[in-house]
Amino acid sequence: MQELTRKQKLFVQALMQLDTSRCRELLAGQQTSEDCSTHPEEIVVPALENIGQAWETGHISLSQVYMSSRICEKVMEKILPQDSTPQESSTRLAIGVIEDYHALGKRMVISSLRSAGYKPIDLGHGLKAEELVEKALQEKADILLISCLMLASAIHVKDVVEGLNRAGSQIPVVVGGAPFRLYPALWKETGAHAVGNNSADAVKIVRDLVGRQL
Amino acid sequence: MTMTSAERLQHALAHKEPDRVPCVIAAAMHPARDMGLSIKEYFSRPENIVEGQLRLHRKFGNDMLCCYPFAAIECIAWGGEAIYFDQGPPNCGAPVIKKPEDILSLEPPRVSENAALKANLKAISELKAVVGDDIPISGVAVSPFSLPIMQMGFEAYLDLIFERPDLLERLLQINADYCVEWANAQLKAGASAVMYSDPAFSPGIMSRDWVQKYGASAAKQVISRINGSVMIHLASGRGLPIVDEIIHAGFFAMSASAEEDLGELKRACKGRLALVGNLNALVMNHWTEKDAEAAVKKAIAQAAPGGGFVLMDNHGEIPFIVREDILLAVSDAARRWGQYPLNWLSDYEQ
Repeated sequence: MQELTRKQKLFVQALMQLDTSRCRELLAGQQTSEDCSTHPEEIVVPALENIGQAWETGHISLSQVYMSSRICEKVMEKILPQDSTPQESSTRLAIGVIEDYHALGKRMVISSLRSAGYKPIDLGHGLKAEELVEKALQEKADILLISCLMLASAIHVKDVVEGLNRAGSQIPVVVGGAPFRLYPALWKETGAHAVGNNSADAVKIVRDLVGRQL
Repeated sequence: MTMTSAERLQHALAHKEPDRVPCVIAAAMHPARDMGLSIKEYFSRPENIVEGQLRLHRKFGNDMLCCYPFAAIECIAWGGEAIYFDQGPPNCGAPVIKKPEDILSLEPPRVSENAALKANLKAISELKAVVGDDIPISGVAVSPFSLPIMQMGFEAYLDLIFERPDLLERLLQINADYCVEWANAQLKAGASAVMYSDPAFSPGIMSRDWVQKYGASAAKQVISRINGSVMIHLASGRGLPIVDEIIHAGFFAMSASAEEDLGELKRACKGRLALVGNLNALVMNHWTEKDAEAAVKKAIAQAAPGGGFVLMDNHGEIPFIVREDILLAVSDAARRWGQYPLNWLSDYEQ
């Protein structure tokens, strides 16, 4: 796990206490501090990564991960329009859930991505694989993220990958959710390009994929 | 001496060693395939479920039966809908609580008048008429603390806990009254015990603060009003950090997650709380018969000595795609290696 700076630790602490005001203060201080060259997202993203990893290792709950990502999304809302980098603004990320109506994972990934400056396009939930392919192509997505809770849904990721291939698309598909955690080999079997173990992983993976595409 | 399933479970749950480790293959959807029906058709008639449960007992020797079709029955009962899939369990459709203020006028379903719940009760009583006291039937009730995930969606529920604790308290009380009525109706229809489905109680899902403040107090209140024994099922969720809370709430057994060390969990629960689990159903379809046998032996070695253990999957529902030959391998291995006394353990440990 990456060692956090003092400020990042304070931010994590405020998130765990669900203290939105303190989070806002810490980021506001970040913006006004004269000797500070750190961008606010350099506080937020590592903090969310740290929280995601703490969830993976059983130290905190999903509700804390969710609340943290929502608070981050909220406090970053006012900062992001002027601070988003062109790359983050221009990368077209699309996210959806197939054959499943459990949408919390998708919501958490969206919050994490927004906190990092991205503007993910929500394609919805309960979609058939072919509907997700169609929507991703329509939206001209650069990267497609799929959140799954049920095994029956995770298996259909393969249909999405095949559907994209048939359409001549090379959009990378990133998956995440319980079936991939409980059955670690599954994501490769579906033909997905990457798997995230928690919602904050999405930011890392997207940055990596975008870096490779450049 | 060979015991009936009821005797076997009673011994095991009382932390004594029965004739063999009780085993339940919770393949609730599999009989549909056997009977040439879609999942939706299968669950549409109580008679199908009764026949299906009897088939599971004949095929796998299940020591406990269960007529509860799927969690989304709660959505139907509360006026919502279930969305069916060909290869998996139905999901809940649109939330019945669309905005927090809806809680102010929320009315719980009356169990005795609700078609979906009455059909489930009919299945229990018909199955009970066939199996008598030899094979226990488990009832299922979703906890007041977890039910809002289906009533309003998980995201809206978490926001409610954070933003509107006043409405949350009201919702939990409405749900508690419903949960008690529903559980007691199942016991009256012939269920021997109640599985209290509470994934939100797991510290992997809700923060310890919220579990203690809302989940544990709801559980205590409900258990004290249910006319039978109650086990908690965390639906794959981890439970080791909250063993004491589970015992304190009054549960007699808990599910064991595939994501935690069953041996460690056994040490924490020994003599106080029986364990049910923890085969990883999500990987079963990729098992060979040898893998199945190895997984069964490992679980028995970790949790069966001294009783207090029922072999089952970790989620309480085996995915529809898992092949029957693997499930047969699991039940065969449970019979072969689950005979008490577990003399083979000394060699296994070496």
